Amino acid sequence: MTSQAARTGGSVGAEPLLRLVDVRKEFGAVRALRGVNLSVPSGQVTALVGDNGAGKSVTVKVIAGTYQPDHGTMLWEGREVRPRNPREAAQLGIEVVYQDLALCDNLDVVQNMFLGREVLRGGLLAEDEMERTAMATLADLRVTTVQSVRLPVAALSGGQRQSVAVAKAVMWNSKLVILDEPTAALGVAQTRQVLALVTRLAEQGLAVLMISHNLVDVFEVADRIAVMRLGEVVAEGPKAELDVQQVVELMTTGRRGAA
Amino acid sequence: MSEAEVNGAPAEPAPAPRQRLRLDGAGVLPVILGTIAIAVIFQSLNDRFLSTGNLVNLLVQASVFMLIGMGQVFVLLLGEIDLSLGFVAGIAGVVVTELVQPAVRWPWWAAILAALAVTAAIGFFQGTLVTRLRLPSFVVTLAGLLGWQGVMIILLGAGGTIPIPDRTINAIANGTLAPRAGWLLTALVVALFALFTFRADGRRRRSGLAAPPLAFSWLKVGAAAAAGVALMLVTNADRGVGAFQLRGMPYVIPLVFGVLVLWSFVLGRTRFGRYVYAIGGNAEAARRAGIALARVRTLAFTLAALTAGIGGIVYASRLRSMSTSFDGGTIVLYVVASAVIGGTSLFGGRGHPLHAVLGGVVIAAIVNGMALLGLSAAIQLIATAVVLLTSILVDVVVRRRGAPAGA
Repeated sequence: MTSQAARTGGSVGAEPLLRLVDVRKEFGAVRALRGVNLSVPSGQVTALVGDNGAGKSVTVKVIAGTYQPDHGTMLWEGREVRPRNPREAAQLGIEVVYQDLALCDNLDVVQNMFLGREVLRGGLLAEDEMERTAMATLADLRVTTVQSVRLPVAALSGGQRQSVAVAKAVMWNSKLVILDEPTAALGVAQTRQVLALVTRLAEQGLAVLMISHNLVDVFEVADRIAVMRLGEVVAEGPKAELDVQQVVELMTTGRRGAA
Repeated sequence: MSEAEVNGAPAEPAPAPRQRLRLDGAGVLPVILGTIAIAVIFQSLNDRFLSTGNLVNLLVQASVFMLIGMGQVFVLLLGEIDLSLGFVAGIAGVVVTELVQPAVRWPWWAAILAALAVTAAIGFFQGTLVTRLRLPSFVVTLAGLLGWQGVMIILLGAGGTIPIPDRTINAIANGTLAPRAGWLLTALVVALFALFTFRADGRRRRSGLAAPPLAFSWLKVGAAAAAGVALMLVTNADRGVGAFQLRGMPYVIPLVFGVLVLWSFVLGRTRFGRYVYAIGGNAEAARRAGIALARVRTLAFTLAALTAGIGGIVYASRLRSMSTSFDGGTIVLYVVASAVIGGTSLFGGRGHPLHAVLGGVVIAAIVNGMALLGLSAAIQLIATAVVLLTSILVDVVVRRRGAPAGA
């Protein structure tokens, strides 16, 4: 469906695809976000790490249009945007793969990938056309572990389900794919599959924002790392500038230890 | 990281058709085994059970369960239940009966349309209560079960039984096609089925998609032809008593078949049908995909009641009358059992109108067999309870077996 080549790889000039400037969000007395500054460039995997309650999920929900920020700006390709709901975010090209994946177990891979955006011919479902597009998307992402796209999702392993959910997200001209703990429930081999897929998304020019607790995974696939603590991004930069020890200290104390 | 592990072999043509075949087969197998077991038991107790006369009678009896059951499948697919469908069917029967009375004199087709409009409106009303006000479908339709029975009794009035004077309406369940017309119709249906099967499979093969082997297409067409021939041999044999000849396929059989094809098409090929399955599988995922849940659910309840209305008209036609002894409470339980025995899940997301048709044969066979043996009402109630429980047991066992593998 989407021609991967049509995407402009990398960022235009110095401006990243997405930039949050001093974004704040309060829920009553709780200050969930206290001024988040974050850049997500195209063609790279940006990892968002932080302890529970650091504000990672709220940040994602602001980007995805689920929450509206109380203060601050969101710049999309350099322009200020304010998606009011997930649909508007999707129109910009923002897709989120939540931890629960939002797949229908009883539907097959093709039906899931096209759920809510079915292709119709003469008012009827164009099954063969959708199947070819789904197969092409999976092939683009080199997902070869799914034996048949006509298997119900219930019959797939955790890693395959994650792959299907990611493929579903990238099929719609998306420019930014947000992955919420993509490897949390997976075994070793399946984690490898999914991390390879994450790398491939960035190689194809998409911006990837990956939320993860697992620093081993983060250091394996991320190009850039942003550390959150108590509603703020306390450090952000290329992976090379940080090591695991420093990230742990940033997550817990907010300061970079002497190293 | 090891690329070889992930990207190992190039995508090879998957063994998909065989897997799907196995899954489909497993769903229908309990029905077939159950039918054979029931036939053996009742035939050994009363050798009239498998006579052609009784078999045709059984199919006509079953058609009521099949039709209301196909309605119930819409609701079960959503993971809901509609307990009112029995008496909604009763309402349709009463409306048709009242409208063709000598004092009113509506033409038969207008009476049928009016009855179906009434049932569709009932379904829309109940569906709206369930979806917009978020009332549990169990309670809303339980209220319907009670309320519509009351309405039915009021409409039937003091006499309790009203005969149907209209010949066309009575012919729906009692009239038959001429034997030759039956053969012609069956041949046409099998030919159309073959045409669509080969065309669809051929198109998939040409466009390089995984398609079932040609032999499998032939197998399907062969099975359909065999079923058609068997049906014709049974319905076209003389089942009259003494010198009185009676043969031919009852009109209800093509009627049930037509409804089956229509609803299979709606559920399988339209966006609405896809959304019914999606909501039953994972309503939250469907909501996030932008599907208008309330609209789809309300429409499903409406179509369910409409289909039940067709069943109610067939019921009235079979008895050539409508009376207050119409037991919509038992019928709706039979109907749920029919759908579930056929392979439709009570938990939503899995089901097909065909299940109601297959399960309807099983349930009708049990009801018919018990009546043939002259069993007491008490025994019949207990037997029905056992059947209902067994069908749910089968559903749960199948569901457990089909649970996500690696999760």
